[in-house]
Amino acid sequence: MSWKKLLIPLAAVPIVILLAYGFRTDPRSIPSPLVLKPAPDFRLSLLNGGEVSLASLRGTPVIVNFWASWCYPACYDEAPLLEATWRKYKDQGLTLLGVVIQDTEPNAREFMRKFDFTFPNGLDPGSRISIDFGVYGVPETYFIDRQGRIVSKHVGALTSGLIETQIRTLLAAPPGG
Amino acid sequence: MITGRVLGLVLLWSALAAPAALGATPSPEVETRTRAIASELRCVVCQNLSVADSPSDMAKEMRNLVREQVEQGKPNQEIMEYFVSRYGEFVLLSPPKRGFNLLVWGLPFVGLMAGAIGVYVAARRWTHRPPPAGSAPPVDPTYAARVRRELEARQRGEGS
Repeated sequence: MSWKKLLIPLAAVPIVILLAYGFRTDPRSIPSPLVLKPAPDFRLSLLNGGEVSLASLRGTPVIVNFWASWCYPACYDEAPLLEATWRKYKDQGLTLLGVVIQDTEPNAREFMRKFDFTFPNGLDPGSRISIDFGVYGVPETYFIDRQGRIVSKHVGALTSGLIETQIRTLLAAPPGG
Repeated sequence: MITGRVLGLVLLWSALAAPAALGATPSPEVETRTRAIASELRCVVCQNLSVADSPSDMAKEMRNLVREQVEQGKPNQEIMEYFVSRYGEFVLLSPPKRGFNLLVWGLPFVGLMAGAIGVYVAARRWTHRPPPAGSAPPVDPTYAARVRRELEARQRGEGS
């Protein structure tokens, strides 16, 4: 009869397993359905003049980073890394684009001035680009290969290790794909 | 004067055309449909609120996009599918009733039934318990007779 005494503790085991799994996953991280799909095309009016369309960049790897001046501290943490990465790789055929989400032009310009951004950045009026990419917070970064496919999405501040790994993969892929 | 009349006509035309050009109040049907669709979408920033109810800027922009697609004549299903294609099924406040989601819809009912059955079985078992050891085991008749004799003898002894 002693096995019956174990029944209640045993019944708790699957529940504990479920909770252990559940508490380790971040409920706020939504997996993107766009990974491995073609990146949505967009036109970005650049704050430093001119315009760029994502489709025109086909053939080179592109990193699209969504940021905002009110996004503290994560965007502030990764901003120096973004600029440093741009300076290191811009002559190796990599493009970095910054999309400013739900922000004002003066605030965006101030942020760019503070971190000495030399890579192209533009505002996203109406958040159309952001919604098209399924952005739900800032910062978010999309890594796009030469064929225009989103190979990965990173939510939160970037780290140098992560960005280096992604860039190496993107640059190593052959143009023919 | 002709210029006066032309000016008058131009003013009249701009008074009529300007509201449309400025995108003033859309029709009630558009608003109703926009609100209906927005209330089924999850605000991705304030994730427990619908896009219709959330005060966040992102929800406002999403509402604007829904309204624009409604005005373009897109059917409700297509508009919802657009958001699902960007954000995944999480953006729908009611998960579609298929596949793994059936567990989410069905498990509470299954749990309730299992609990009810469990309570019933336990209640039956506890109220139909066999009588306790107080039920007398079969009594040896010689002992019973002897106890009766001694009892009667004692009562007679005390009586006298």
